[in-house]
Amino acid sequence: MATETSKSIFWQGVRDGSPFILVIVPFSTLFGVVATEAGLNVFETVAFSFLVIAGAAQFTAIELMRNDAPTLIVMVSALAVNLRMAMYSASLTPYLGEATLAQRAWAAYFTVDQTYACSVLKFDERRDWTIGQRLTYFFGVAAPICPPWYLFTGVGAMIGTAIPEGLALDFAIPITFLALIGPMMRTRAHVAAGFVSVLSALVFAFLPFNLGLLVAGVLGMMTGAQVELIDKRRAERRAA
Amino acid sequence: MIDKGELWLVMIVLGLGSFGLRFVFTGLIGDRPLPSWILRHLRYTAVAVLPGLVAPLVVWPQATGGAPDAPRLAAALVTITAGVLTRNMLLAIFLGASTLYGGLYLLG
Repeated sequence: MATETSKSIFWQGVRDGSPFILVIVPFSTLFGVVATEAGLNVFETVAFSFLVIAGAAQFTAIELMRNDAPTLIVMVSALAVNLRMAMYSASLTPYLGEATLAQRAWAAYFTVDQTYACSVLKFDERRDWTIGQRLTYFFGVAAPICPPWYLFTGVGAMIGTAIPEGLALDFAIPITFLALIGPMMRTRAHVAAGFVSVLSALVFAFLPFNLGLLVAGVLGMMTGAQVELIDKRRAERRAA
Repeated sequence: MIDKGELWLVMIVLGLGSFGLRFVFTGLIGDRPLPSWILRHLRYTAVAVLPGLVAPLVVWPQATGGAPDAPRLAAALVTITAGVLTRNMLLAIFLGASTLYGGLYLLG
């Protein structure tokens, strides 16, 4: 491959992040609509998206506040939904750890499901990239994802009317994530981790505050790591 | 109606808390090397969390009030299969969405 300019890496990120616009636009518009219906004005709704940029947590918080849940429960539940961000942060550390503190802070602010998933896939593929190239790619992915998130929250808040149900936009989110998960299934360990994650998420779905997802995440990670160890030992024995 | 004081308190705490969760490892640990067993677990964060996030949305879709729904299950199956086989995300989305709309049209 020819030498890559930072411009071309930035645009690679933009291209890889762009399909998510299909998800971000309806999802953030919907948040705007739901938040206005719960009594927030346009400024409060957009501020919410700016401060938190995490759809699932924002929906959780609005839903609980609308139902007059205690403030502490609202905060703990919404943060629990976001606990996976700590796992993303940990998994990006080997790739972004050398960046300056300010760069790491900006990358942290823009760490969402989509930027994380695209970047970690790419960084694993392109071990030759420098820290600068990685950051350029990361912010390239964030460019078509985060600004539309703010913008269409505002649009939704201004529209303030329901999205027609016939469009089945509810399923835009699962389809996009599934399409993203498919290419990640590179080894037996990845498949086993995904399988255990799905099973545990369904089995532990009864747990409150989205804790089932955390259990699924931990069990899935342990499964992946164990299968990797077993396969590595088996390969070593065969080689010996 | 949501109390404005409570709203801003929740928004600010959530904003700071979410940033804290995103920053905890990248920001505070930096480039100090992590032990290999931690790295081995971290390699599987994405495949351990994202499928678990999607599974309940597929099996108990909100749009049907939580009742399993044939077009949505078929669309999910087509999307993941296409993603695994072709490694092409856009193609997988396209095939999944086509299955969903086709299924909703035929069965709905």
